[in-house]
Amino acid sequence: MPSALINVPKKAKRGDVIEIKTLMSHIMETGYRHTASGDVVPRDIITSFTCRFNGTEVFRADLYPAIAANPFITFFTTVTESGKFEFEWIGDKGFSETAQASITVE
Amino acid sequence: MANSDHTRRTFLSLTGGAAMMVIVRPADATPAMLSAAIRNIVGEANVRTGKVKLDIPPLVENGNTVPMTVSVESPMTADAYVKSIHVFNEKNPQPNIGNFYLGPRSGRAQVSTRIRLADSQKVTAIARLSDDTFWSATADVVVTLAACTEEAI
Repeated sequence: MPSALINVPKKAKRGDVIEIKTLMSHIMETGYRHTASGDVVPRDIITSFTCRFNGTEVFRADLYPAIAANPFITFFTTVTESGKFEFEWIGDKGFSETAQASITVE
Repeated sequence: MANSDHTRRTFLSLTGGAAMMVIVRPADATPAMLSAAIRNIVGEANVRTGKVKLDIPPLVENGNTVPMTVSVESPMTADAYVKSIHVFNEKNPQPNIGNFYLGPRSGRAQVSTRIRLADSQKVTAIARLSDDTFWSATADVVVTLAACTEEAI
């Protein structure tokens, strides 16, 4: 069952640079492992992560099998107004998850 | 007699060693794959060393999850900012680790994540600045337990 953990400050001052931490539970199967019988375990990874603030993209990442399971990504952004962060993870086998977090700017 | 015995032993130890290498590294990215992956991003541009800081432990026990932070010296204004950060490795099956796209409103050019390393190797981070220059940093990591190679159950 996919689930996201998001850490965004609830409040910030206008112009502050804030840190955003995100974690999505996902196996990130590399496609390079074999079962005991020798079959390749098919690749199943998250390939793309996007963060938007009030509809505008503020951060994006392409992920490869070299990203560890349960991708944990932290980054920074400047806040200029109150609003909503939207997070989106897209991956193999039709994986698509979203999460949201709001911030109040004083 | 003693001499031929000696050469046979040498031969056996050599072939044994070679077989071990093959088992330990089933699907390395080759240096050619690495430079191709980097060329794919930077094109014909020159990549200079500097401005980028790659924080990664020099010795890790478990290659399945290695914390990594890349930061780039940049004022992060509308005129001078970091466009993207690209991370590569030498010996995983694939040379790419991740691409991170930033902009002037990022405020600080720094990203952290956790990566997999299939062997002791070099990790390289390359940053593209708003003036389309490329800067890089490289770190050596020694891995005791490699990722990717274990059997799935």
